[in-house]
Amino acid sequence: MQTIFSWSQVSRRGVMGLALGAGIVLAAPYAQAAPKTAATIGMTVEPGGLDPTIGAQVMIGQVTWQNIFEGLTTIDKAGKVQPQLAESWDVSPDGKTYTFKLRQGVKFHNGVAFDSSVAKFTLDRARGADSVNPQKRYFTSIDTIETPDASTLVLKLKQPTGSLLYWFGWPAAVMVEPSTAADNKTNPVGTGPFVFSSWAKGTKVDLKKNAGYWNKDVSVKLETASFRFINDPQAQSAALTAGDVDAFPEFGAPELVSSFEGSDKLATVIGNTELKVVAGMNNSRKPFSDKKVRQALMMAVDRAMVVEGAWSGLGTPIGSHYTPNDRGYKDLTGVYPYDVEKAKALLAEAGYPNGFSFTMKAPQMAYAQRSSQILQALFAEIGVTMNIETTEFPAKWVADVLKAADYDMTIVAHAEPMDIDIYARDPYYFNYKNPEFNAILAKVEASTDAAEQDKFYGEAQTILANDVPALFLFVMPKLGIWDKKLKGLWENEPIPSNVLTEVFWEE
Amino acid sequence: MAGIFRRPVLLIGLVVTLALVAVALFSLVWTPSLPSKMNIVQRLKPPLGPGGLLGTDQFGRDVASMLMVGAWNSLSTSFLAVAIGAMVGSAVGVIVAMQRGWLELIVMRGCDIIFAVPPILSAMMLGAFLGSGRFTAIIAIAVFMVPVFARLTLAGAKQIWARDYVTAAVGIGRSKAKITLVHILPNISNQIIVQVTIQLGLAILTEAGLSFLGLGMPPPAPTWGRMLADSQTFFGQAPWLAILPGMAIAVAVLGLNMLGDGLRDMLDPKTNAG
Repeated sequence: MQTIFSWSQVSRRGVMGLALGAGIVLAAPYAQAAPKTAATIGMTVEPGGLDPTIGAQVMIGQVTWQNIFEGLTTIDKAGKVQPQLAESWDVSPDGKTYTFKLRQGVKFHNGVAFDSSVAKFTLDRARGADSVNPQKRYFTSIDTIETPDASTLVLKLKQPTGSLLYWFGWPAAVMVEPSTAADNKTNPVGTGPFVFSSWAKGTKVDLKKNAGYWNKDVSVKLETASFRFINDPQAQSAALTAGDVDAFPEFGAPELVSSFEGSDKLATVIGNTELKVVAGMNNSRKPFSDKKVRQALMMAVDRAMVVEGAWSGLGTPIGSHYTPNDRGYKDLTGVYPYDVEKAKALLAEAGYPNGFSFTMKAPQMAYAQRSSQILQALFAEIGVTMNIETTEFPAKWVADVLKAADYDMTIVAHAEPMDIDIYARDPYYFNYKNPEFNAILAKVEASTDAAEQDKFYGEAQTILANDVPALFLFVMPKLGIWDKKLKGLWENEPIPSNVLTEVFWEE
Repeated sequence: MAGIFRRPVLLIGLVVTLALVAVALFSLVWTPSLPSKMNIVQRLKPPLGPGGLLGTDQFGRDVASMLMVGAWNSLSTSFLAVAIGAMVGSAVGVIVAMQRGWLELIVMRGCDIIFAVPPILSAMMLGAFLGSGRFTAIIAIAVFMVPVFARLTLAGAKQIWARDYVTAAVGIGRSKAKITLVHILPNISNQIIVQVTIQLGLAILTEAGLSFLGLGMPPPAPTWGRMLADSQTFFGQAPWLAILPGMAIAVAVLGLNMLGDGLRDMLDPKTNAG
């Protein structure tokens, strides 16, 4: 029934598109078109709020990060740390004192100047006892914050924290103005190149250009920008074809991507993301508490088949909680490769010669449902019965799986970059506890040498690949579909974002 | 029975329904291949090709096998739901007709309330309580079948209660329960049978709707509704994935509706004068 509904919508939009197209063709000889200065960016899911410092949803950052809010540092499109509101910094030789030189002349959208007191307020708010910052643990190593003058910020750390500058570039670490901090959820005020103008709940968020933007090195071309939220991939496709939306940086359905091939109007740009699809297991619950069982399940999985069936072959198999574009990546897909016979033998060794049955709590998203069905078929080959229970994401999934850890197995795409440390967190929904692994991650933070850090990251990946706390499946690609004349969007996604600073229309 | 050939609606309905039941039963003993067997290499193969008679889906499963097992899943779920609904509803109807008075008022208003809630909505609420699955689907459909049969049997039974032979039976001191069993039920059974057939078509449609929304039988059991839901984004590449289960649902509902209409015409004493 819904199929018919959405198809009638498609054809209606199609007709509208034709009519509009005809109008443009007719009007073209008479109108000397001025360069377009508005862009509409499509997103699949609407964020619940607009303050990235209090909410964990990646969609918040995808609307606000670098557009409305900026941080002391930032992460560029290659995933490298760059200075932003901090012009430069010094790190003491022992790695425990960071002295930031803050940029002068930066003003928030409400006219308040940015200085060291604002930076101190932001960091204190993020690390305070009643902080709800989604990445609160990133600020825990800060011992004291000093502000000798308005443009200097000195952080004294409890222990060296090698990733601090990287973390400061994250959406959760953006600078907020003390008087507006409480209202940022609905009325965000930052220092970025765009000012928040309105939010029509359920439909779109509108931004307009910040005329007084501090960074004169970039020329922001867009006068206005909107984020439109469209859940259904069919409707996304129709909106793109009709020109209602100029770009879908993360298009929802890989199987529809081929329909844009050969389009004169739309470009298909497939890039990297940090979206790691992993089937987490409850490591404290039988039979998943037995490492052999987890390894057997991993060997029962044909990753190539999962990628092909769930995501139309657009994805890269992974052997650990790490993506090929992360620093120090090791290809560990060969540690427990697809091997039904070995999987059966290992399962028998673990005391389950006749298999067992369990429940998979799978969110409703297409990738999760499809991957689950393929896993179900693969596990059946080694005699393991998996029942699929659809668990609504985010609300029910967050409550049942993430918070309560009341599950056997689940499947979800982890969006944050370099988040291998989630396996060291306690509590976390995997219930995976390995002091050896935690020690290696501590070494990463204690080190300031990049090569050494990469080596430790490699060791951490190897431990996970051997222990299999979760079934590591694949990395999703970024399926960008946008108007060929729209330039400046990021091809890859080193951090979930839609940075509009350099976006412009080619004439 | 010879009259059946003079009733094309009934004939077509009967043939379609019997064919459907035959396919459903047959799927229990034989399908071209295992419906849950995935073969990614052979994914999205069109009908009449290497992928089998009706092609394969996005996981390389055989569509013909899925449709066959889907027919069984759809029919059995719908039949159970309608059977429960018909039994409970008819029992309520005849008991109310027996008692009348304030009971009739309460039960009829209760029916109105159930009628006012769309079955899909009530199924979603039930799903939240019971968890989605076949049991939820059966209960959800049965719940909204109950008032249909309750109303039908109440109206029919009231008419019979007014007949002279019933009054006579009351007069000689027969108990109300006995009269209901001996006189009332046999006289309204035709109406119930016709209604069951018509409601079956509706139940199949509702079951497909629930499966479409993920509230029906969970995977790997194939259902027509979920096949339709899963095929949405593949329509450009593999239109048969949407067309085939869509046709299956349409033909099943059409067949049962024609059978119901035909039966009504045949069994109704007014139109069956000849």
